[in-house]
Amino acid sequence: MTNYTPTALAGRRLPNRWDGVALLLVMGLLVALVEVGRSTISAPITMVQNTPIHLDPAYLPYYALRSTARMFAALFFSLLFTLTYATLAAKSRRAGMVLIPILDILQSVPILGFLTFTTVFFLGLFPGKVMGAELASVFVIFTSQAWNMAFSFYQSLTTLPNDLQEASRCFRLSPWQKFWRLDVPFAMPGLVWNTMLSMSGGWFFVVASEAVTVGNTTFTLPGIGSYVATALAQENLKAIFYAIVAMLVVILLYDQLLFRPLVAWSAKFRFETTATATGPEPWMLKVLRRTALFQEIGDFIGAGMRSITRLRLALPARTQIDENREPSKLLDGIWFVAIALVAAYAAYKIVQFVSGTLHWSDVGTAVLMGSFTLLRVMVLMVIAALIWVPIGVWIGLRPKATRIAQPIAQFLAAFPANLLFPPVVLAIVYFHVNPDIWLTPLMLIGTQWYVLFNVIAGAAAFPGDMKEAVANFHIKGFLWWRKVMIPGILPYFITGALTASGGAWNASIVAEVASWGSTNLAAHGLGAYIAQATAAGDTPRVVLGVVVMSGFVILVNRILWRPLYTYATRRTTLG
Amino acid sequence: MDQNITQPLVTVRNCRQAYHKEASADLVVLDDVDLTLHEGEIVALLGRSGSGKSTLLRIVSGLLKPTAGEVKWRGKDLKGPAEGVAMVFQSFALFPWLTVQENVELGLEALGVKKDDRDERSEEAIDLIGLGGHDTAYPKELSGGMRQRVGLARALVVHPDLLLMDEPFSALDVLTAETLRTDLIDLWMDKKLPVKSILIVTHNIEEAVLMADRILVFSSNPGRVAHELQVPFPHPRNRYDPAFRQMVDDIYGIMTRRPPKEVQAVPTVPSGFATPLHHVGTNLMSGLMETLNSAPYNGRADLPALAAALQYEVDELLPLGETLSLLGFAVLEEGDLILTETGKRFAEGETEDRKEIFAAQVKAHVPLINAIRAVIDQRSNHRASAVRFRDELEDHMSPEYAEETLRTVISWGRYAEIFEYDEEAQQFGLEEDDEEEEA
Repeated sequence: MTNYTPTALAGRRLPNRWDGVALLLVMGLLVALVEVGRSTISAPITMVQNTPIHLDPAYLPYYALRSTARMFAALFFSLLFTLTYATLAAKSRRAGMVLIPILDILQSVPILGFLTFTTVFFLGLFPGKVMGAELASVFVIFTSQAWNMAFSFYQSLTTLPNDLQEASRCFRLSPWQKFWRLDVPFAMPGLVWNTMLSMSGGWFFVVASEAVTVGNTTFTLPGIGSYVATALAQENLKAIFYAIVAMLVVILLYDQLLFRPLVAWSAKFRFETTATATGPEPWMLKVLRRTALFQEIGDFIGAGMRSITRLRLALPARTQIDENREPSKLLDGIWFVAIALVAAYAAYKIVQFVSGTLHWSDVGTAVLMGSFTLLRVMVLMVIAALIWVPIGVWIGLRPKATRIAQPIAQFLAAFPANLLFPPVVLAIVYFHVNPDIWLTPLMLIGTQWYVLFNVIAGAAAFPGDMKEAVANFHIKGFLWWRKVMIPGILPYFITGALTASGGAWNASIVAEVASWGSTNLAAHGLGAYIAQATAAGDTPRVVLGVVVMSGFVILVNRILWRPLYTYATRRTTLG
Repeated sequence: MDQNITQPLVTVRNCRQAYHKEASADLVVLDDVDLTLHEGEIVALLGRSGSGKSTLLRIVSGLLKPTAGEVKWRGKDLKGPAEGVAMVFQSFALFPWLTVQENVELGLEALGVKKDDRDERSEEAIDLIGLGGHDTAYPKELSGGMRQRVGLARALVVHPDLLLMDEPFSALDVLTAETLRTDLIDLWMDKKLPVKSILIVTHNIEEAVLMADRILVFSSNPGRVAHELQVPFPHPRNRYDPAFRQMVDDIYGIMTRRPPKEVQAVPTVPSGFATPLHHVGTNLMSGLMETLNSAPYNGRADLPALAAALQYEVDELLPLGETLSLLGFAVLEEGDLILTETGKRFAEGETEDRKEIFAAQVKAHVPLINAIRAVIDQRSNHRASAVRFRDELEDHMSPEYAEETLRTVISWGRYAEIFEYDEEAQQFGLEEDDEEEEA
C-alpha cells in the first residue's frame, strides 16, 4: 500500500513567530464563533422541529443514506477549500506565511469540543430551519477532513518538478490551464490518499455530530449517529447492534465502491518514469474501465472536464523568472503591520473573553487534566505497540497474510469507534470497575488500526535482499528485532502512531465521559473537562480546554513525533 | 511578422547573470556573453557543467530574465516566453498522466487551436518524428528514445521559428542518441522540420561537431564564451574523417587549457582554501591511475581516445583528470593526460602504501583538509563542526559547490585517515587511537 508522510510530520519548519500569530488568529476565530453562538443562545431559539428517530431497523437504510449524504457534502466543501486555500498559500509568498501556520494549528484543534457552538452558530444563521443543524453537522465533518487534504495539496504544489513547470511556461499555458494540466494531476495521488484517510476518519464525526445537546434541547438529524444516541437514551441494546451492522455495510460499500477504485485510479498520476508493478485492479475499477456503458459515461464527463480545463481564462501572469527581483519592502511592511493589528485585536478579544470568569488556577487545572489524558494516550500507545507491532510484522512478512489482513485493518480504521462505546460502557456499569482505567481503551479503539496497517506496510516493504542477507548470517531472536526489523519499520510505525495518538486526543472528548440511560461515567482528563464544561454551558472553560488540548497536541507533535520521524527516515533509508 | 532576411532571430548583448549573495561578492554564472542567431543555422553551446550554458538557453527562451544585458527576439525586447520558441528538455519533461498525443497537443491547447486543427497538426508531428502508432501510449510505457521523440514532436507541433534543445540526448544511451541525432539532422537537411533555427546545449564535443554549423565553447566560473568555431563539414558528417577528428581534438585542447588567472579575482583567506572540488571517489581515481599506468597508455593518454575506450563523456572525464592533476597525480596538457611519478607509485602500490601516498598528496595540495585537521587538533575535545567550514565555503561559491566540495573533502579525509566525520552531529573528529595518542 502506498505510504505518504502524514501532513503533521512533513513540515520541517521550526516553531517561529508565525506560529504564535497563527495561534492567536485561530483562537480569536474560535472565540468569535463562541461569542456569536452564545449571543444566539441567550435569545429564545426558535424551536427546530425535531424529527423523531425511529429505532425500527427498517428505517436504518434511510438513515445510513442521510449520514452518507452529509459525508459527501462535507467532502465537496473540503475539496473546494483545498483547491483554493492551498493554492493561495503556495502561489503567494505573503499569504503562505500566515496560511500555513494557521493550517498547522487548525490540524491540532479538537473540533469536537466546539460542537455546541458551531451548532448554535449555524442554527442562528437559519433560524427555525433544519438547514442550520444540517450545516452544523457538515461543518464538523468538514473540519475533520479539510486540513490534511489542504496540507497534502500544498506540499505537492511546493514540490512541482522544475522541468514540467518550465515546459508549462515555455509552451505558454495560462495559469488556469497549468492548474489543471500540472498542479492538480501532480498532487492527485497524495490528495486522493489523504482524502480517503479523511473520509475514513470522518465517519467518527458523522456519528458524533448528528445528535447535539444545546442547553436542555437535543437536536437530532436523521442518521445513524442520532439512531445510536436515541438507542442509548432508551437503553436499547438491540438497536445499537443493528446500527453497528448498518455501519459495517455502509463502510464496506464505501471501501469497495470508492476508496479502493479511487486509490488505484490515482496511481495513473504518480510521478514516475518507469512503469512499476501494481497490485491487482479493484473489481469496481475493472467494471468501470471495461464496461462500454460506464466508459461512455466516463468519456462524456472527461470531455466536459477537459473543455473547461482547456479554457485559457488568461490573467496577466509573470512568466519570466527574475532571480534578482527583490520583494517590495513597502508591501511587505504593510502586510506585516496588517497581520500584527489583526493578531493584536484577536489577543485583546481573547483576554477580554477569558478574564471575566477565568483565573490562572483554571489554567493549572486544565493543564493537570491534560497531563492525565497525555498519560493515558502514552500508555495506550505503548500497549498498542506491544500488541500490534509483532502481529503487524508477522503479517507483513507473509505476502498472503498481508493481502488478507491489510484491507481489513484499513476497513476497521474507517469504522466509527463511537458505535462500539455502548457495549463497553454497559460492561463497566455492570462490573462496577474504575472508569478512570476502563474508559481509557475507548480512546484508541478506532485509531489503533492505523498502527497495525502501517506496520504491515512497513514489514511488507522490507527489501527482499536484506531479508536474504539476514537469513544468511543467521540473525535471529532479540538481535533480529533490534538490528533488523525495528529500524526497518520505524518510519512506518511512527506514521501510524502519530495518526493514532492524534485521533485519541480528539476521541477523549467523547470517550472520557459516557452514559447509559441515566448512568453517567466520567474519567479524569481533559476530554471529560471539556465535555462537562460543555454540558454545564461554561463557555470560557470549553475554550480554555480546547486551547490547552491544542497546545498539548502541537507540543507532542513538535517535541516527540516530528524529531522521531526525521531521525527514523534519515537513519533507516539508504542514500 | 516582418520577414526581414537580414534580421537575426535572437541577439544577446553583454548578458550577465549573477545570484545575489549576502556574504560577499555576487555569484556570477554568466559574464559578458554575446550571441546572435540567424535563420537557417544550427548553433551549439558547448561547455562543462556549471559553465552557464543552460542558463543562457533559458535566457534566450524568455524563461529567465538576465541580471544585466539586452535580449532581443526578432528585434524586440524579450519579456517572457515568446511565441515561436519551443524547447526540448534533457529530462524530456513529459507529463506522465497525459498520453503521447495529449502531450504533443499541449502547446496547441495553450495557443487555443481548435480541436480538428489540433488533431491534424499533432498527427502530422507524431508521424514526422516516427511516433506513429504510439498516440495513445503513456510516457512511462515508452523507452527513453521514444520519450525524447515525444518531446521533439511536442516542440515541433507549434511550428516554432527557433528550437531550443537542452542536452536533449544526454539522458539516452549511446546508440539511441546517435539514431535520434541522425534522424533530426536528416529532417533538417531535407527541410522537413518546421523550424528556422536550432540552438542546442551540449557537453558532448562530438555531438556539437556532428550537428552544429557554429560552436560556442564556454569557459567556467564565470561562464563566458571562450571560443567561437565554424564547422566547415557538409552533412552527413563522418566522425572518422581525419579533419573531423582533428577538430574534436582541438576542442578538447581548448577545454582543458588552464583558465586565465584573472578569473580567480578575489583572493581569499588561506590561499586555495576555497577551490571548488569535484566529488571524485578514491576508487575511481585508483582505477584511472591503474589504467593510465598500464598498456596501451603507459602513463600517457589522449583524452578523446581515453573517453571513447572508457565510454566516458567529456563532462565526466575532465573533472577526473583535473582532480588527478590537482592532487599531483597527473598533468593535463593540450588534451593529453600524463601520469606523474607520484601517480605511478600510487598505481603500483598496495592498499596501505596508497593510503600513505594519498594522505601526503592531499595534505600538500588541499589546504581545506589541513585547515580542518588544524581546528580539530586545537580543540580540547578533538571535534570540529562542519557547519563553519560550509559557511566559509559558501562565501566563495554557490551552496551546491560548497556542499560538493565538503563531501569530497570528507571522503578523501576518511580514506587518507586524516579525520573522521559524524554525519548525525555534522562534526569532524579523530579516530579513537589517534585521540589516545594525542592525549
